[in-house]
Amino acid sequence: MTRNAFRFTLALFCAALPALAEVDLSGSWQSKNHEDALERGAGPNPGDFTGIPFNDSGRAFALMNSQSQLSMPERICAFYSQWHLMVGTFGVKMWNEVNPVTGKTVAWIIAPWEDRAEMKIWMDGRPHPGKNAPHSQEGFTTGVWDGDVLTATTTHMLTGYLRRNGVMTSDQATMITHFIRHGEIMTLASEIIDPVYLTEPYYITRSFVNTTNLMASGGPPCIPGDEGVPEGTVPHYLPGKNPLVDEMTNLYGIPREAAMGGSETADPAYRDKIKDKFKTPPKCQKNCGGPPAGN
Amino acid sequence: MRFRLFALTMAAALPLVAQPPRGGRGGPPPTPQALAPIDLTGYWVSIVDEDWRYRMVVPPAGDYMGVPMNGASKRVADAWDPAKDEAAGEQCKAYGAPAILRQPEHLHITWQDDRTLKMETDAGTQTRLFHFGDWKAPGGPATWQGDSVAEWEITRGGRGGPAPEPNAPPQGKGSLKVMTTHLKAGYLRKNGVPYSDKAQLTEYYDEIREADGNLMMVVTIVTNDPEYLREPFIITSHFKKQAGADGWKPTPCSAKW
Repeated sequence: MTRNAFRFTLALFCAALPALAEVDLSGSWQSKNHEDALERGAGPNPGDFTGIPFNDSGRAFALMNSQSQLSMPERICAFYSQWHLMVGTFGVKMWNEVNPVTGKTVAWIIAPWEDRAEMKIWMDGRPHPGKNAPHSQEGFTTGVWDGDVLTATTTHMLTGYLRRNGVMTSDQATMITHFIRHGEIMTLASEIIDPVYLTEPYYITRSFVNTTNLMASGGPPCIPGDEGVPEGTVPHYLPGKNPLVDEMTNLYGIPREAAMGGSETADPAYRDKIKDKFKTPPKCQKNCGGPPAGN
Repeated sequence: MRFRLFALTMAAALPLVAQPPRGGRGGPPPTPQALAPIDLTGYWVSIVDEDWRYRMVVPPAGDYMGVPMNGASKRVADAWDPAKDEAAGEQCKAYGAPAILRQPEHLHITWQDDRTLKMETDAGTQTRLFHFGDWKAPGGPATWQGDSVAEWEITRGGRGGPAPEPNAPPQGKGSLKVMTTHLKAGYLRKNGVPYSDKAQLTEYYDEIREADGNLMMVVTIVTNDPEYLREPFIITSHFKKQAGADGWKPTPCSAKW
């Protein structure tokens, strides 16, 4: 036996254990929109701010929103930050970039999809840019392993949608996402910390299923165009004039105060406050789901 | 010769990486409680910011968005009548194991003994028992919470770290897997979306320490039901650790609220 062969075997052994706690997250992961299906699909109802830990500024800003802002050439492609990974309908295509010399993972990549930019999770210990560095739709993300959970921290994003009905994040927001793999299921637990619009972190969890179907890495790009909004105007509602503020009451019997969100609306104890105000809603009329025809 | 011996040693060492700690020489094997890689005990409160209108209030009849129902399921759900359920003493249908962690609630998790983890909920005043090891179900009629067997999924420290003590539980690296069968038929949602008594439940419990210091429990819930689902129903609930029993308020099951 030669010394080279000995070294080769040792290298193979070490390569098999690049870091024993790391997990292979690579592959195509299909989104299972079994929760918040409307929000992640067609889009949430207007005025549905339930569970959002707003401050007054965040709520006021959301109530001023008109979805027609997305028809402005400047904003057609602008509102989808990395958070869209959690609230969009699309899956996750993920792989790791490796230093060809050391074999170490330099970054985990989540492919872009339409309006959402690529997420590159730097694993090489580089610092985040300074607070005055430019922001981008992609933001800047670093990752660390904690046991078998990859934790990614994203900063330097542009303002974007927290919920696609006008609930916004500011450019001061930080997104922290935990990637948890259990066999064929990958769960993402993610929070947004936003000192401008939120009183506390907004935390949601989503599950994805590994698929052998090759998932597109990119999708059609978002292209700004003229959709008829006159130059120099921003579609909006003035304070107190949003005509859709009672949509959740009309559709689901949910009191307006609950629909308007706030951290207490995510607390189980909040049910006691609205019990006597809740009106049993009529039978579902639209966006009702159910089995596809023939099932 | 030395190379072969070395390679053999390396190959033999590989599978040990994922093994949980074993008992010391001559001693009894460590108990599941002693092996726990994460501490799930204590009080937890659900953060209801997903599926809010399906969880915090009773959703409209016929609102099935998101659930991979089949036609048989829809026929059952379309006949949902909460008053009839209550009259029949079936008001806990939405508090069975596949749905109980979607209730707005507090959890109290303790070790009943060193092989059984107990989860109590204040919503519906339910109790689940997660049995480790070679537990055998006692039989009898199916129940809302079914029969649950549990195991730790344990990962060990990375290369370069100190070698773990043979019996020391790795801290913060691992999760709990729970598989539940023998369920009494119930509802996945309060508006009558059914699961059958053939349903099987698999859950993964993970703990995450957040940047603000809060400890979160993330539960990935997979319900398989050959009778009423076209594919596994996969949802994820999250809970925040509490310092004490604040807000703990046991309430009975309700079919109407």
